[in-house]
Amino acid sequence: MTLETFLLLAAALFCVGLFGALSQQSVVMLMMGLELMINGVVVAAAGFWFWVSPGLPDGQVLVLVAITVMALEMAMGFAVVTALFRARDVDMTDDAGDLKG
Amino acid sequence: MVEVVVIGALAVAAATLSGALAGRPAAPFQEAVRLLTLQRRATHRADRLLTTVGVVSLPVAAALAALVVPFGDRVAVGSSVGVVWFNAMEVVAWASVWLAGWGVNSAYALVGGYRFLAQGLAYELPHMFALITAALGAHSLDLRVIAAAQHGLWFAVWMPVAFAVYLLSTLAMTFWGPLGHPVGGDLAGGAMAELSGPDRLVLLAGRYGLLAVAAAVAVPLFLGGGAGPLLPGWLWSLVKACAVLALLVWTRGRVPVLRMDRAMAAAWTVLIPAVLLQMLVVGIVVV
Amino acid sequence: MEDAAFWVLAVLAVAAGAAVFVVDSMARATFALLASFLCVGAELLLIDLHYLGVLVVLMMIMEMLVMAVFMVMYMMNPAGLMPMTMMHNARGAAGISVALFAALAAGIFAVPWPERAGRPPRDPTFALGESIMGPKMLVMMVIGIAILATMIAAVVLATHRGRYGDDA
Repeated sequence: MTLETFLLLAAALFCVGLFGALSQQSVVMLMMGLELMINGVVVAAAGFWFWVSPGLPDGQVLVLVAITVMALEMAMGFAVVTALFRARDVDMTDDAGDLKG
Repeated sequence: MVEVVVIGALAVAAATLSGALAGRPAAPFQEAVRLLTLQRRATHRADRLLTTVGVVSLPVAAALAALVVPFGDRVAVGSSVGVVWFNAMEVVAWASVWLAGWGVNSAYALVGGYRFLAQGLAYELPHMFALITAALGAHSLDLRVIAAAQHGLWFAVWMPVAFAVYLLSTLAMTFWGPLGHPVGGDLAGGAMAELSGPDRLVLLAGRYGLLAVAAAVAVPLFLGGGAGPLLPGWLWSLVKACAVLALLVWTRGRVPVLRMDRAMAAAWTVLIPAVLLQMLVVGIVVV
Repeated sequence: MEDAAFWVLAVLAVAAGAAVFVVDSMARATFALLASFLCVGAELLLIDLHYLGVLVVLMMIMEMLVMAVFMVMYMMNPAGLMPMTMMHNARGAAGISVALFAALAAGIFAVPWPERAGRPPRDPTFALGESIMGPKMLVMMVIGIAILATMIAAVVLATHRGRYGDDA
């Protein structure tokens, strides 16, 4: 367990999430990709806290913010999907590409 | 590890008491033997993997929650964040019940699973606030420290609302008694409708386990932990846990099952404001 | 011992994360993502972040269960009963991701990271609480306002009725 291995895990999670966010057609699956990317950020922040500046709480605060962002992202994402689905009956990014109301 | 075994024994005792209140103390054991020898009922295109994960995770979560429960000064794993850990393990029940309801691919079971999610969400907030109120009163998330902070005055005495909300929301988190609508009879057993044989036995055992853990946690949170005259601390903890557990078990069969929507409205409109006010009062007093 | 635990959990976390986009049942995808989060929570426990690790476990279980509801609601194939794929430009996405991972990995091992400054406090949870209620109070306030704004915005977006009744 070193800083490098922790960051490697973070990078792997981030890239798997990025793959999902780029390749998935469904908005809901896309959001799962985003969550995985934030998951990577959590790991990286925790790793930096423990190996770079454990004396300061900044890394921990960043983890806390990332966890909150995840929850907020999901709430907003589903609200938008619900609104989109009500208005246009779609849940795919390809169909929602234009801004027509 | 003795502590976890004790809570397992409490769970068995709870099942026996539940049977005894219905007039047949041996019924749980007969039922256990019957379920063990029963062949599983297979449903069409069931998701076996998810069902198994759901069924097994409930007793596992109860056992993991039991790790941080102190009996007197004894505890299996002394954690500085015991309250949060206990709550996290309780929330596993959401996953267990939903997965068990979803996996069997049956409409009634699925409706039961969804009901439990809605109920869990509505009662998790007051439950969490009640836990935090006790933690706030003791300035700690460690169950041992919370118990030690109550010498002289039990939290149940000066935080009665939090204690009542804790007990009530515990019933909801363990889908027991008046808040057992997710597995209610109107859905032919709800989330457990299609579970049979060992699966059903494991899920039922997990529910008794969770009930026993929640009763045992109420002791350090609100009832002064192992404090008491004459007897050693661990025995006092056990006696108090038995009393709380008996109270929880007693509600089944004495109080009618509440309809889902009413139970949820009560949680959002009454319990949450009440426990928030309680927290405010406690916050003002301790700070 | 801790090293072994770290590697097992790391491999599980990434494998579960990848499984999210491989399995064809939405329920399984959601719970694969949950498994990934639980592994990350356990990793945090390994480096003494007890509170944050358990918080990740608690929050993510709740979040994924809510997610499962929406998944089943909005996906055309929630139980994976018929084979289908919902990808666009999978090869490009995979290329970008692998390239980024290679770049990040190279960076991770090439950059001379600073020396460890200070020691972990005896109770990291306490340090965290003290900082967000003290010097980092602004973070806490922004989080609070963001949560409030999200609640209002989400309800406004998701509610069926417009400002002028059902038709608007």
